[in-house]
Amino acid sequence: MNQKNDDTILDVKDLKMYFPVTRGLLRRKVADVKAVDGVAFKLKRGETMGLVGESGCGKTTIGRCVLGLYRPSAGEIVFNGQDIAGFPEKKLRDVRRNMALIFQDPYSSLDPRQSAGSIVGEPLLIHKVTMAKSDYRERVEQLFRIVGLDSSMSDRFPHEFSGGQRQRIGVARALACSPHLIVCDEPISALDVSIQAQIINLLEELQSKSAGLSYLFIAHDLSVVRHISDRVAVMYLGRIVEICKSRVLYENPLHPYTRALLSAVPIADPVVESTRERIILKGEVPSPLNPPPGCSFHPRCFVAIPECSQGVPGLQDVGEGHEVACIRVPGYKRTF
Amino acid sequence: MVEQRKPEEGFQEAPPRVNEWRRFWKVFLQRKIVIFGLVVFLLLVITALFAGLLAPFDPYKNVLPDSLQQPSGKHWLGTDIQGRDTLSRLIFGTRTALMVGFITVITSAVIGVTLGLAAGFFGGIPSMVIMRIMDSLMCFPMLVLAMLLAAVLGGGIQNVIIALSVASLPGYARVMNGLTLSIRENDYIMAERSIGASNWRAMVRHILPNALPPMIVLVTLQLGGIILAEAGLSFLGIGIKPPGAAWGAMVTDGSRFLRTSPILTIAPGVAIMLVVFAFNMVGDGLRDALDPRLRGLL
Repeated sequence: MNQKNDDTILDVKDLKMYFPVTRGLLRRKVADVKAVDGVAFKLKRGETMGLVGESGCGKTTIGRCVLGLYRPSAGEIVFNGQDIAGFPEKKLRDVRRNMALIFQDPYSSLDPRQSAGSIVGEPLLIHKVTMAKSDYRERVEQLFRIVGLDSSMSDRFPHEFSGGQRQRIGVARALACSPHLIVCDEPISALDVSIQAQIINLLEELQSKSAGLSYLFIAHDLSVVRHISDRVAVMYLGRIVEICKSRVLYENPLHPYTRALLSAVPIADPVVESTRERIILKGEVPSPLNPPPGCSFHPRCFVAIPECSQGVPGLQDVGEGHEVACIRVPGYKRTF
Repeated sequence: MVEQRKPEEGFQEAPPRVNEWRRFWKVFLQRKIVIFGLVVFLLLVITALFAGLLAPFDPYKNVLPDSLQQPSGKHWLGTDIQGRDTLSRLIFGTRTALMVGFITVITSAVIGVTLGLAAGFFGGIPSMVIMRIMDSLMCFPMLVLAMLLAAVLGGGIQNVIIALSVASLPGYARVMNGLTLSIRENDYIMAERSIGASNWRAMVRHILPNALPPMIVLVTLQLGGIILAEAGLSFLGIGIKPPGAAWGAMVTDGSRFLRTSPILTIAPGVAIMLVVFAFNMVGDGLRDALDPRLRGLL
């Protein structure tokens, strides 16, 4: 394996994922849904990157492209030094030994007819990680203990577990082959708040124990992302509009969309809360079928100027690795 | 004052688990009607296997002096126009019915489920071709198609099985295709791919078991239906050839003497009804017992 850039586990370059819209008997292609339209980011070993944005902005699509579950329309996905975007299905299966996905809905992500133990152990069998039967059983028991479940429950079926326990089973399955990268696709948004904290703490604990485990953490809950992420990327309509260190983003958001998002987070102090300045966006998210010209955020933007509709702003570093895609940000150089 | 509760002993430990097989049997045998169906089913199998020993008379031998006798100590269910013992013919008819029923259902279910599963899972042009062929087969009512095929192929048990298998194929393919389309959209199938599972594994280990409950009901319903269809074909004279004992043919033969010897029609009719009913009940029980969710509740 090519281990040139050892520090970077995942390098996504200009990723595009268009879903064709077909019509009629002959499935004539009439348009594309541009779910992801030119996204680029890097993820270092041991790092957690948060990916936030509202529903339908392409967060989940990115996660699935990274695992090769969707075949990207264009772009590169370099994982462990290999561009896996064009890999045939067979080769992808081997690559997936080193990646895992945790799902949003713990109710539909576990096969109802499979016992918990066999769900957790299935990756071991697929990748032939454990050969002997006793090794297999031992590893499954170990995984149960790692995620805080009683290993004597391994012959139970998913419906006998609570939502939090089910999500732990999902985490255990993801951990089975000791992956380098786990894509967490809103792993907590279907859970109770008290359980959310447990799962988040579990994920953090796992990362601190195993060196070099990276997370791509997809969420729409900003406070959770702030807690867990080293860096955060904010998405709007299939593009990343701002990406920087987590602390910087929350203290000094630059893109108007990020500012609006953050202003919507309530503050747990009634005095501050009552004087909190809120930016309320007008209108709806435009359809990714027919995005507006130029910066796709300009029709809803409160600082938009006519030039905003003339070209698509790319991400630019405006200092200390703080990348933003907005011509209204001081220090941003217009290229169109 | 709030009472302090002692932590229960062994709170963290899961209670011992009843063996899944034992639970399966417990749920399966819980309803009396299922046990009844199972008993009828077993009796039928035994009857079919040991027909030669159980039948008091030769079912094929004409004894013309004994023609059209009413039920008596000698002939429990009377005799037909050719003087053959109805009970013996009924017993040998079990063989025909079960053989046609089982072989037909197994062949058509295996082929139909495979086609439906593959078409639903892979989609695209192959799926369209398979499903359109199934649709065009479905245009004909099952019995009409079976009649057509049986008429082309000629009678006889082998051709009846082929005709009925082809005729019942689209039903399985359609249902399985629909089930596959809905099951494969579940996150757990996506999860299978995300852990590197092959398509084969996802299909056989995950989609198939989850499609099983409705398929089992369909299979057992069809089993009754096929036996009925075989009876229908034999009734119309394009099924089992004359000397052979088949319930449907017995109903036809007996119907001419409905006034004088109603037992000739009623006996095979009741046999057909009993078989269909028993299979449906067993199917119901199986569906409940095979579902781990229901198994936990019942």
